[in-house]
Amino acid sequence: MSQDELLQEVTATDYKYGFYSDIETDRMDAGLSEDVIRRISAKKMEPQWMTEWRLEAYRIWLEMDEPDWANVNYQKVDFQAISYYAAPVKKQISSLDEVDPELLKTFEKLGISLNEQKRLSGVAMDIIVDSVSVATTFKKTLAEKGVIFCSMSEAIQDHPELVKKYLGTVIPRTDNYYAALNSAVFTDGSFCYIPKGVRCPMELSTYFRINEANTGQFERTLLVADEGSFVSYLEGCTAPQRDENQLHAAVVELVALDHAEIKYSTVQNWYPGDAEGKGGVYNFVTKRGICEAYAKISWTQVETGSAVTWKYPSCILKGDYSIGEFYSVALTNHHQQADTGTKMIHLGRNTKSTIISKGISAGQSHNSYRGLVRMGPRAENARNFSQCDSLLMGDRCGAHTFPYIEVKNSTARTEHEATTSKIGEDQIFYCQQRGLNMEAAIALIINGYAKEVLNQLPMEFAVEAQKLLAISLEGSVG
Amino acid sequence: MLEIRELHASIGDKEILRGVNLTVKPGEVHAIMGPNGSGKSTLSSVIAGREEYQVTSGDVLWDGKSILELAPEERAHLGLFLGFQYPVEIPGVSVSNFVKTALNAVRAARGEEALDASSMLKKMREALQLLEMDKGFLSRSLNEGFSGGEKKRNEIFQMAMLEPRLAILDETDSGLDIDALRIVAQGVNGLRSAKASFVVITHYQRLLDYIIPDVVHVLLNGRIVKAGDKSLAYALEERGYDWIKKEVE
Ligand SMILES: Nc1ncnc2c1ncn2[C@@H]1O[C@H](COP(=O)(O)OP(=O)(O)OP(=O)(O)O)[C@@H](O)[C@H]1O
Ligand SMILES: [Mg+2]
Repeated sequence: MSQDELLQEVTATDYKYGFYSDIETDRMDAGLSEDVIRRISAKKMEPQWMTEWRLEAYRIWLEMDEPDWANVNYQKVDFQAISYYAAPVKKQISSLDEVDPELLKTFEKLGISLNEQKRLSGVAMDIIVDSVSVATTFKKTLAEKGVIFCSMSEAIQDHPELVKKYLGTVIPRTDNYYAALNSAVFTDGSFCYIPKGVRCPMELSTYFRINEANTGQFERTLLVADEGSFVSYLEGCTAPQRDENQLHAAVVELVALDHAEIKYSTVQNWYPGDAEGKGGVYNFVTKRGICEAYAKISWTQVETGSAVTWKYPSCILKGDYSIGEFYSVALTNHHQQADTGTKMIHLGRNTKSTIISKGISAGQSHNSYRGLVRMGPRAENARNFSQCDSLLMGDRCGAHTFPYIEVKNSTARTEHEATTSKIGEDQIFYCQQRGLNMEAAIALIINGYAKEVLNQLPMEFAVEAQKLLAISLEGSVG
Repeated sequence: MLEIRELHASIGDKEILRGVNLTVKPGEVHAIMGPNGSGKSTLSSVIAGREEYQVTSGDVLWDGKSILELAPEERAHLGLFLGFQYPVEIPGVSVSNFVKTALNAVRAARGEEALDASSMLKKMREALQLLEMDKGFLSRSLNEGFSGGEKKRNEIFQMAMLEPRLAILDETDSGLDIDALRIVAQGVNGLRSAKASFVVITHYQRLLDYIIPDVVHVLLNGRIVKAGDKSLAYALEERGYDWIKKEVE
């Protein structure tokens, strides 16, 4: 079988999670203005300082230009055509019985029955559907340890001092176009605070889902790990199939104080558009963490979705001896475009960072790695190791690597390795000869290729991620 | 059990197999010898279903039924195993994971249940023992950084795990030291007693001291031009292929 035929076989797949659940929503008319922002803030009964904070962000955003330097092409977003608020109507719930049955069905289709989760996995979930949290479990167990895990809206009400202290400190409103927009209009997200010296007793998990046509999603997540604490946080999502492009511009801020460790894992599976490249989610995310002395932040991501992805989870290694890690698998198929990577900003002495990026491109997709390693003047003995591998399936796709390295301290060292390979017909035939069909063979090879990254994920998530990679490349067979 | 009839196969417009006939009965061992480029690996690839090669005429029968329309994995499910001349590397996939996946795929295709973890492990241990291999081998990435000899042993290990009805071993002896050769032969002879058949492709008569063939064939220029018993292998080793070429002309 020729490479071309192979490619045809493995690239013709429909999106597995393309369904739309019918939940009553309270949504605002499309359009963006100061008035709209005031209304969002009012609907959420926010304090004055929050409203002002949003308005300031909006003014900053108005002054900015949409970036176009990423290696992606897409139809520009009409920001006036988006509705900036949609909340499921039934909001106050104390038990699962009160959750909209449609919503529960949705979660079951996604394979994450809440009951199951509650009973078996010990994973606390803050579920976001259309901008507002509708169910939060395990709060009690967490509360015993003093861990705060709630929606951003609740945090603004119940822990304003923490929100005020940290919101926008890692990603200021002026940071970039989408971060400014998010700061102005974010409707919800997750907030998490781990007190000093506490090891969070369970993995914290959020499942995101876009659910309302034309509703931009602007989640805002803030995670603060106080001195000497540890938390592992999981973020995963799938989105229903639809025709119009959907904008997703989340902001995630991580703060790791002295000796704290944050492990942040993402499995991202937004609707990527159909085989012709129509529809699909635009995913313009800003994720950044700051490490104080001896702190560690580890980003692990498996990206298979979105029509266009623009995302660079980054670490500011401010404190001496702090560590930043970035493990990424980005898979693109059909007409998907991804421009992802990381920034490791070494400010402190003896700071260390590791970047492992595995790109997989199939179909006519484009997959770019863009990474910046900056060693500041104070970064004595800082170290970086980067490895960027690309795997191509077929010859109509593209892989690009843009490593930027800036070193302003002569004792700092960076090391960069890059490889590009093609999935071999030899490898596939070898597997087939041993009894695996083509899909199983490709899944096996891909998972092997991405193993270093998948190994970083918590067990249940790793299994899900493996399946997702396989599904994303699945052919029309069977 | 395997019957090849007047098989012609080509790649592009280049004809490589030009009328091969071969019949292998249950429990038989057939050796195929022939100069470099004569088509030995091509023959094994075509039997195993590699689509790169076009079969232009002739047939390959398995238990009397043509398998030419079957996908490579379907042929594997029937019990066909090919020990590759150049086994490929699959980075990040451990030997144990690969073999487990393969064995369960074959079992599933036959309507059998997946082997539970402890039976799987037991089976792997037995196969390792038979081949005098270290169990650290199981966690290594498939063929990655394996020495030539380790790659070949790995092929035999997989064969022992999959228990095929017919195994084609394409130069499995090349690059093996004497001890490894003996061990590989043990693996083959172990299965042979269970009525499995073999097609052994080799350049060296010495393998055939360990695995006694029923028939030795000479493949020349895409055709089997001569067959004989074990003594033919000696003659080839001593005299080369020229005399056969002359005989054919
Ligand atoms: N994929 C291919 N593309 C082009 N030519 C090929 C291909 N495969 C085989 N050939 C050619 O077919 C002929 C037979 O090759 P084959 O590998 O079957 O020989 P062999 O008998 O196995 O040789 P060796 O003893 O060296 O392993 C050679 O001339 C080879 O170059
Ligand atoms: Mg050969």
